[in-house]
Amino acid sequence: MADRSLADVCVVAAAEAFRGDGEIFASGMGNVPILATRLARGSFEPDLLVSDAEAYFIANDLPLGAPPEDKVIEGWIPFRSVFDTLWGGRRHVMMGATQIDRWGNQNIANIGPWVRPKAQLLGMRGAPGNTANHTTSYWVPNHSTRAFVEQVDVVSGLGYRRAAEAGPWIAAHHEIRRVVTNKAALDFETPDHSMRLRSVHPGVTVDEVVEATGFELAVPEDVEESRPPTEAELELLGRLDPQGLRHREVKA
Amino acid sequence: MTDKRLTEDEAVAQLADGMTVGIGGWGSRRKPMSLVRAILRRELKDLTVVSYGGPDVGLLCAAGKVRKLVYGFVSLDSIPLEPHFRAARQAGTIPDFVELDEGMLQWGLYAAALRLPFLPTRAGLGSDVMTVNPSLRTVRSPYEDGEELVAVPALTLDAALVHLNRADARGSAQFLGPDLYFDDLFLAAAAPGRRFLSCERVVATEDLLDEGPPHTLRIPRSTVDGVVEAPGGAHFTTCEPDYGRDEAFQREYAAAAGDPDQWAEWSEHWLSGSEADYQEAVRSRG
Repeated sequence: MADRSLADVCVVAAAEAFRGDGEIFASGMGNVPILATRLARGSFEPDLLVSDAEAYFIANDLPLGAPPEDKVIEGWIPFRSVFDTLWGGRRHVMMGATQIDRWGNQNIANIGPWVRPKAQLLGMRGAPGNTANHTTSYWVPNHSTRAFVEQVDVVSGLGYRRAAEAGPWIAAHHEIRRVVTNKAALDFETPDHSMRLRSVHPGVTVDEVVEATGFELAVPEDVEESRPPTEAELELLGRLDPQGLRHREVKA
Repeated sequence: MTDKRLTEDEAVAQLADGMTVGIGGWGSRRKPMSLVRAILRRELKDLTVVSYGGPDVGLLCAAGKVRKLVYGFVSLDSIPLEPHFRAARQAGTIPDFVELDEGMLQWGLYAAALRLPFLPTRAGLGSDVMTVNPSLRTVRSPYEDGEELVAVPALTLDAALVHLNRADARGSAQFLGPDLYFDDLFLAAAAPGRRFLSCERVVATEDLLDEGPPHTLRIPRSTVDGVVEAPGGAHFTTCEPDYGRDEAFQREYAAAAGDPDQWAEWSEHWLSGSEADYQEAVRSRG
C-alpha cells in the first residue's frame, strides 16, 4: 500500500511544479512527468496545453496508453513547432536527469569522458535549448548519490551558474523550477540558487534524503511533508493511468 | 515532363565515398530504410551522416560506413538508446562525433536550405555542446543588445534520403502521418542531383488529393531528383498511417545488436539479399 501511494505522491509533487504556469505548453518526458502535466491541467491548472507525446495537443483527460480515437485534439504540435514554442519561451518541460548537481546542471548525454564514454546515454537531446530558453524541471525516479553528484560529467541542461555565465538574457529566462524524486521535492529557492530540500515524501526522513544526495543540500529548519493527492486528484489519476504505469517508474 | 522514378540501387549508386548524407525521419519513425539497406549492399565508406538518428544511423555505424556523425540523439524511441550507436560511442569506432542540441540540428539544415553560412540561436550556450564541439563559434548581435549567440553552421548536404507516404513520378510528395519531421529541410539542404525520396506508393498527380488535403503536400518536386516506390520502405520504423513500428522486429534487432555472433547471424539473414528479399522475408515472418 505504501509502495502504491508513493507514485501518487510523486505525480502530485511533479504536477505542483506546473502550478501558476497558465496558458503554456506543459511537456513531460516519461510517464510520471506526462501524468503530472495531465493531472495539473485536469485539476488546478486548466489553461495548460498538454500533448499526446506525439504531435497533438489534447483537450481531454487522456489516459496513458489510450487508443488514438480517444484523443480530443485541440492543436498540432509537430517537432518543428515544439522548437518554435520552446525558443519562444511558451513551454515548461519536465525531463529526466541521469546526473544533476547542486546548481542544477543536468546530464543525460554520457557517463565518463566525452571521448569514448564509459556509458553513452540519450545524448544532448533538447536539454541545452530548453534550459537556455524556458523553465525546466526534472524527474529522478531513484534519488541516490549516483544521480545527485558534486559535478556532472557532461552539462546537457544548464544550471544556475552556467546560465549566469551564458549572459544576461539567458540568466533572466532560465529557471530550474523543481526536482522531484522518489524521496522528495527539491528546488533552488536559495540566495545562491543552490539546491534546497523543499519537502520529503511521507515515510521518508530528511536524513535519508541528505544521505542519498552527493553534495551539500540546503535544508531548511522545518521541512514539510509532500502533500498526498486530494480525493478528486486520486480519482483523476486513476482515469489518467488505469494500468498503473506510474508505479513501475518509481523506485520504492 | 520528367519521370524521376528509379530503384534504391540506382539511387544509391550515385553516392560516393566521403559524401555528406542527410537522412530524414526522427528516431525510429518514417526512416528511408530501404535506401539505407541499399547503402549497406554497396562498398561506400567514410560517409558523414546527418540525422535525427534511429536504426538508419545504427545500421550504417555497424557496417563501418560512417566517418563522421552529426546528430542530436540516436534512439529507437520505444528502446531509448540505439545499441549500435552506443557501441560506436563507447568503443570510439567512429573518428568524429558531432553531438548537437536537437534544435541546433534543425537550424543547421535551415541555414543550408536558405544558403546562409549560419543561423544564430541561444541553444547550446553555456552547455557542453560548446566544449565537445570546439569548432562551434559564437556571433555578437550588431544591434543595441549586443548579445552573444551561437552561430550554427549550415549543414550543407551532398545527398538527402527521405521516406514519405505518397509521391507522384515527378517528386511532388505528401506526408499523411502526424509529423513531417524535417524531411523538407533535409531535401532543401542538399545540393541538386542527389535528393532521393522513397515513398509507400507512387500515384498519379491528379490523385494526390484523394490521399490527403493540399497542406499535406509539403515536398515540392523542385527539391527532389529521384523517386523510389518502396512499399514497406520504412520498415521496421513507423510509417503512419500506412503502418506502425514493427516493435517485435525492432526488439529482435536490438537484442541481436548487443552480441557480435547474434549480429552476424541477424544481418546475414536480413541484410544479405535484395530489398525484394527483405520485404518477402518480412511478409513470410507473419
